[in-house]
Amino acid sequence: MMRLGSGTFAACCVAIEVLGVAVFLRGFFPAPVRSSANTRHQAELPAPEPSAGASSNWTKLPPPLFSKVVIVLIDALRDDFVFGSKGVKFMPYTTYLVEKGASHSFVAEAKPPTVTMPRIKALMTGSLPGFVDVIRNLNSPALLEDNVIRKAKAAGKRIIFYGDETWIKLFPKHFVEFDGTTSFFVSDYTEVDNNVTRHLDKVLRRSDWDMLILHYLGLDHIGHISGPNSPLIGHKLSEMDSILMKIHTSLLAKERETVLPSLLVLCGDHGMSEMGSHGASSTEELNTALIFISSAFERKPGDIRHPKHVQQIDVAATLAIGLGLPIPRDSVGSLIFPIVERKPMREQLRFLHLNTVQLSKLLKENVPLYEKDPGFEQFKMSERLHGNWIKLYLEENNSEVLFNLGTKVLRQYLDALKMLSLSLSTQMAQYDIYSMMVGTVVVLEVLALLLLSIPQALHRKAELEVPLSSPVFSLLFYLMFLVLSALHVIVCTSAESSCYFCGLSWLAAGGVMVLISALLCAIVSVLTKMFFSGNLSNKTPSHPNSKWSELDHLILLGTVGHVLSLGASSFVEEEHQTWYFLVNTLCLALSQETYRNYFLGDNSEPQHHFPMEQGLDGAASALKTRTGGDGTERDNGHGSPFLSEVLEGHEKWMVLASPWLILACCRLLRSLNQTGVQWAHRPDLGHWLTSSDHKAELSALAALSLLVIFMLVQRGCSPMSKAALALGLLGVYCFRAAIGSVLFPWQQDNKDISKGIIEARFVYVFVLGILFTGTKDLLKSQVIAADFKIKTVGLWEIYSGLVLLAALLFRPHNLPVLAFSLLIQTVMTKFIWKPLRHDAAEITIMHYWFGQAFFYFQGNSNNIATVDISAGFVGLDTYMEIPAMFLTAFGTYAGPVLWASHLVHFLSSETSSGSALSHACFCYALICSIPVSTYIILVTSLRYHLFIWSVFSPKLLYEGMHLLITAAICVFFTAMDQTRLTET
Amino acid sequence: MKDTDIKRLLYAHLFCIFSIILSVFIPSFFLENFSILETHLTWLCICSGFVTAVNLVLYLVVKPNASSKRSSLSHKVTRLLKCCIYFLMSCFSFHVIFVLYGAPLIELVLETFSFAVLLSTFTTIPCLCLLGPNLKAWLRVFSRNGVTSIWENSLQITTISSFVGAWLGAFPIPLDWERPWQVWPISCTLGATFGYVAGLVISPLWIYWNRKQLTYKNS
Ligand SMILES: [Zn+2]
Ligand SMILES: [Zn+2]
Repeated sequence: MMRLGSGTFAACCVAIEVLGVAVFLRGFFPAPVRSSANTRHQAELPAPEPSAGASSNWTKLPPPLFSKVVIVLIDALRDDFVFGSKGVKFMPYTTYLVEKGASHSFVAEAKPPTVTMPRIKALMTGSLPGFVDVIRNLNSPALLEDNVIRKAKAAGKRIIFYGDETWIKLFPKHFVEFDGTTSFFVSDYTEVDNNVTRHLDKVLRRSDWDMLILHYLGLDHIGHISGPNSPLIGHKLSEMDSILMKIHTSLLAKERETVLPSLLVLCGDHGMSEMGSHGASSTEELNTALIFISSAFERKPGDIRHPKHVQQIDVAATLAIGLGLPIPRDSVGSLIFPIVERKPMREQLRFLHLNTVQLSKLLKENVPLYEKDPGFEQFKMSERLHGNWIKLYLEENNSEVLFNLGTKVLRQYLDALKMLSLSLSTQMAQYDIYSMMVGTVVVLEVLALLLLSIPQALHRKAELEVPLSSPVFSLLFYLMFLVLSALHVIVCTSAESSCYFCGLSWLAAGGVMVLISALLCAIVSVLTKMFFSGNLSNKTPSHPNSKWSELDHLILLGTVGHVLSLGASSFVEEEHQTWYFLVNTLCLALSQETYRNYFLGDNSEPQHHFPMEQGLDGAASALKTRTGGDGTERDNGHGSPFLSEVLEGHEKWMVLASPWLILACCRLLRSLNQTGVQWAHRPDLGHWLTSSDHKAELSALAALSLLVIFMLVQRGCSPMSKAALALGLLGVYCFRAAIGSVLFPWQQDNKDISKGIIEARFVYVFVLGILFTGTKDLLKSQVIAADFKIKTVGLWEIYSGLVLLAALLFRPHNLPVLAFSLLIQTVMTKFIWKPLRHDAAEITIMHYWFGQAFFYFQGNSNNIATVDISAGFVGLDTYMEIPAMFLTAFGTYAGPVLWASHLVHFLSSETSSGSALSHACFCYALICSIPVSTYIILVTSLRYHLFIWSVFSPKLLYEGMHLLITAAICVFFTAMDQTRLTET
Repeated sequence: MKDTDIKRLLYAHLFCIFSIILSVFIPSFFLENFSILETHLTWLCICSGFVTAVNLVLYLVVKPNASSKRSSLSHKVTRLLKCCIYFLMSCFSFHVIFVLYGAPLIELVLETFSFAVLLSTFTTIPCLCLLGPNLKAWLRVFSRNGVTSIWENSLQITTISSFVGAWLGAFPIPLDWERPWQVWPISCTLGATFGYVAGLVISPLWIYWNRKQLTYKNS
């Protein structure tokens, strides 16, 4: 047996849970399905033309159709920017080409996640990138899969690239000439494009290249800044139109020298939502424009206004065929047929045959029952018919019969392509169930342990016994371990598909087995102990004064309701509504409690029968005994004396008004950032403030918020850190002014915009200084161990350091969120928690709820696109992975983290009870792990849901990240608790 | 407490439920294209009118808290005025609460306000009828164990169930089913109505089942 404080216990539990969730995530997000031929590096021979009887003489790869290819990729080029009214207005040349020129135009549907890097991969490999690619988007490693660029380089083509540097990371050493622009300074939309265009004249004059790729980022940046309806979009589209015209005319001029025509491809990587962002799966984000322009195509007679829909992954196969290259092995797309329709029938059939052979090979490698696939059957039939056609062709038969048969084969091939492509794309989603199961088991065991230890952990002593070496259970432990190992061997030897957990080393896998069996033994021992002691305590009458207030009911109901709501995709998308709703109801309940305490104070009356209190489940009754055990004097609101007697003067009125004040603040914050999906397009204050016309208002608001932040934070600080805080907040304003988002009063218009590196680093110095002072104070309080006050000040300093960091990372229009969060914390502390004397568990859960609400007030959502990555580049010259990751994570989770650190300070300064911090830590761990564990189960059961990739998977990533942050918070809690233990 | 009291309570409640049902069917005889969802505002007005009328009639007929004191006419008039003011205040404060909960500030103001009126009819008007404009008594009834008669007990239950109904009625709004009743405030008004009706049904039954345990101080 080992005795552990409940805080330490909870921190350990969360740490183990993080491990379980990590294993689960690794199993849930599968490694992309690849062709097994990938391992063999030698060039394969192209499939020969099929032929019935005598073999065909055409076994080589068909020659290229185009001499030069220019790809103009405009980031976030939504389909209606070209084909809609905007295109007609701002892109006259492109519209002319689409309507009357020698071109083929399409709407290319991207697959979610609509983020740049996975989309570039899709365009060049033709495969469907896994969801993990979104996370890798920030530090894109070289593309290992087979792709058009690699094939082109292998064929000796010379490729030139200008634009987003993601390409250079994806395809290192593939370009003979390149110039990358970074996409992280989103506020810049002219420089990024000029960096590309400035090379154009020079390159177009030369003819020593075969492929030119241009990636323009400006349009996407405008979208992020001011949305798709901004006037800037029109300017940018005209600029792009003139660039296209320049390239096209110069290509046409060059064509006289060469035999083959050239090809100009205009495409977008993803679209743009009505908010101007991307990442999710609305039609605006999925549909992109795709235009092929070449003199090889037929001029069109009139205006064709409705381009056909194709898939974005089709581009890779089409480009490969156009350049006379083999199709990338993992490509799932099908040839866009109009590109080759003017070629002779034999070549058309050859192209289609090559494409179907490649797809059916992929199908063979990934689907066990591929022979039953209708696409494969169709392919076999078309191949037979194709052979007959070749036989007829070689015999030089009647041309009309030949033509009719040819068109029939063509149609069959196209059908086969469509079916193969479809069944392959559905095959791509395969889960590694075994790893998922292992992760789930770990997480569930931890949750069970946490739930079972509620009565002990929340007891006044806040200690619990962890059985580690009981002889009976050790037998169970070894048995469990043996069984699990046997299971592991059986599963891993019989599994056909790749499995992450089987791929682990024996030592690591064994470690996880040990963990699982140990957790199981712990659960069993806790259960038996509960059973035996339960028999005893049932005989003694339960605590008479243990009753649940309305607040406790609300907390239980809210937690259960929130967890259940995660099963519906709409509730996941609109999770902010759930939290706002709960926080509002919490405020109303608090207000009701204050009123009742203030006007009535009817706690002395005997309670008459309330049947609803009996229908509570096991966990509830466990909590009830907790309140009984703990509640000697400060049970909950009812234990307090008549409220109106305690307080006097204006304070009375503040107590009554404070819930309403908080409600009003929440309402204001909610209209600051519209988030979610359904109402995200609604106008909000944030957009109004960030539009360039309201810079003065934004500056005033930011300055005011910084002032409020200073006023609220400084009261707990030592004079030194007070000064540091003031200078730091001033630095924050200077930083925002330097990067051009706010103005100084004496400054009329934007002068030169810099990256604000110096200003930001100036603030970092003060953040570190304040955090250092805080840590020093905490250590001092631990060593000297007399002054309780030093510790409080130290905690507050750490809190204010975090506030300063958050102020630096938040966008200026979000500074009010920070100010209001501090205001609400102050009001709650002063007028609600202190007078009403809630217990530590209630206060913790209230902090957690507010923290969650503030996560969404910041403008976050359960969609990857709302993560503000610009926070990761504050004060950094270049992209540095670890600081950028840390800053982005802190910027995103600033709300919950700040509320948690306020909780630590509040509990260690206000409460007299020694166990408050460990109770709080335990509650925090519990309340965070309940949603995660439930969500893991929900996601597993919903893994074939239509919205699994667009809605549930991002939320899963958010939950995983949240758990990681919770683990860090719990460790901090425990550390603070340890100092207290050593102190007394 | 006698069984006759419970019976009277039950009949009064049945009368209320009947009036709500009538408010759904009667207007379609007089108004063209009347339906709860499409002409929601009209229904809200009619329903609140019906429920108010029934409550007033019940108050005059049943007189649950018949006080023996006779009061002067001026006293009665001030009482009535006070009641009206309280009612209006409750409408406005409900409106404010809805806005705080996230109802749009400017669009759909009329709808939001009619919902506030409806909820006030379900909650404030019975309170006014039963307890009069006496805030202290209201707080007493709604605190943990302050009820003193079955009428107050049923008032507590119907009021709370109307609130809970309205609260639960907000849940379907974010779902993407795109049904006409998911539009603000229809689901909430329907929720409040169902909650009120449920409260009306449940409270006599609940009091009947628990009649042994219930002891009121003043009865
Ligand atoms: Zn992009
Ligand atoms: Zn973007």
